Amino acid sequence: MKRQVPLMLVFTLALVMIVQYFVPNDFSLDTNEFLLKWIIIIGIFAMALGIWSLIRVSYEKIRRRVPGWQYPIATLLGLAAMIVFGFDYGRHFYTQEGLENYMFIHLFQYIIIPIQATMFSLLAFYIASAAYRAFRARSVLATVLLLAALIVMLRFNPYLGTFGVYLEKTTSWLLNVPNLAAKRAIIIGLGLGAVATALKVMLGIERAYLGRD
Amino acid sequence: MPMGTFLWTTLGAFLTLCIFSFLYRDNPLYKFAEHLMVGVSAGYFVILLWHNGLVPNLFSFLSDGHFYFLWLDAKSWWYIFPAVLGVMMWTRFSRKWAWISRWPIAIYIGIGTGITIPLVMRTSINLQLYASIRKAIDWGNFFGSGYLDSTAGYSQALIFVGVIAALFYFFFSKEHTGLFNGVAKFGIGILMIGFGASFGYTVMGRISLFVQRIQAIGNWTATSWHATSSYLIIWILIIGIFVVLSIYEFIQYMNRRGAAQSGS
Repeated sequence: MKRQVPLMLVFTLALVMIVQYFVPNDFSLDTNEFLLKWIIIIGIFAMALGIWSLIRVSYEKIRRRVPGWQYPIATLLGLAAMIVFGFDYGRHFYTQEGLENYMFIHLFQYIIIPIQATMFSLLAFYIASAAYRAFRARSVLATVLLLAALIVMLRFNPYLGTFGVYLEKTTSWLLNVPNLAAKRAIIIGLGLGAVATALKVMLGIERAYLGRD
Repeated sequence: MPMGTFLWTTLGAFLTLCIFSFLYRDNPLYKFAEHLMVGVSAGYFVILLWHNGLVPNLFSFLSDGHFYFLWLDAKSWWYIFPAVLGVMMWTRFSRKWAWISRWPIAIYIGIGTGITIPLVMRTSINLQLYASIRKAIDWGNFFGSGYLDSTAGYSQALIFVGVIAALFYFFFSKEHTGLFNGVAKFGIGILMIGFGASFGYTVMGRISLFVQRIQAIGNWTATSWHATSSYLIIWILIIGIFVVLSIYEFIQYMNRRGAAQSGS
């Protein structure tokens, strides 16, 4: 009951979805659409676990006065504010007015966007120091990597004049030809790996998702 | 600029500077912005998934347009099942009943696996191989328009050879010796060019974001409520952050000194 039923469910539903893909009649398409909604709904209910976990961890940190306990207050206040404004102060649970709430939009625009963009832009500094360590031309392959990266990075340099035009064309070629070949090989490798893993899950060889008893 | 907008943009500028303060080292301002971001993002996704996920995919089938379930549409009672399965996920909170949550997880994984196998076979394997092979030999347009033409026959042939050679490199069931090793080495060369180009592209993307953040602060100073006041405010912000970091460092220094003295 505890382990066999989930294994049977995985196998049966995976088989149904595979058969559905190869038999695209009205009934199978409706089934596909319906089951896709199931996983959206289950996924959203699962997200509640994550939110609850975030609240509990933050609350515990505040309650126990662990070092830095003040910061989770900002987390909880931010979470509460977005939920209150997102439901338009509790007036609109069922319609999308909450998404148009003034505070909800502005908290997104002036908190999430600046912080997220700045965090990613910070990586420019760290990636530069990583590049210094990684790109030292110690072998032919490292030199190839270095040259490709340099060409791509220099392409928008306005001081290169006519040379910049050639650089732009070389960059475009590098991105569209060798880079494409490398990406395709990686995608094919990943695809084969994903299919193999999916088959292992479907056949019950891989059972990590069941956890421990 | 209206006062409200000015205050919002000031908040954005303050948080931007808080995050940039990490360039010095981890500090309370950065931690504050980071924790705030976690809470606000979580709240944002809760609302987004509620309004764009749960309401159109579940509640709209179960209710008559209100939040509470007044009656069930005869065609839609099936939607009770995913709702019950979703609630079953919450049994993870109880050690005794946690095993029940395996059922919805199994349904989720079963459907996901069934979708993945044919879809990945098609998009990640068949279509990628097809796109590589389709124009592999194009004698009519072999030289294209000349210097490094991506659409020319030689470029397409290189893509095909590059894909095969890179796949050779990833094939570990045979020892890399002789001709096989030569092809695999060509493959790693292609991979290195690809990684280098991707790396350069990513770096430039990050630099663009950095420039955009600096421009955002610049625009804020130029167009906000009152240009002179906002220049003043940005200096107050920078000096304020500097003062907070200095106080933080001083407290840390005193703590370390106190610990060293009590240790000796």
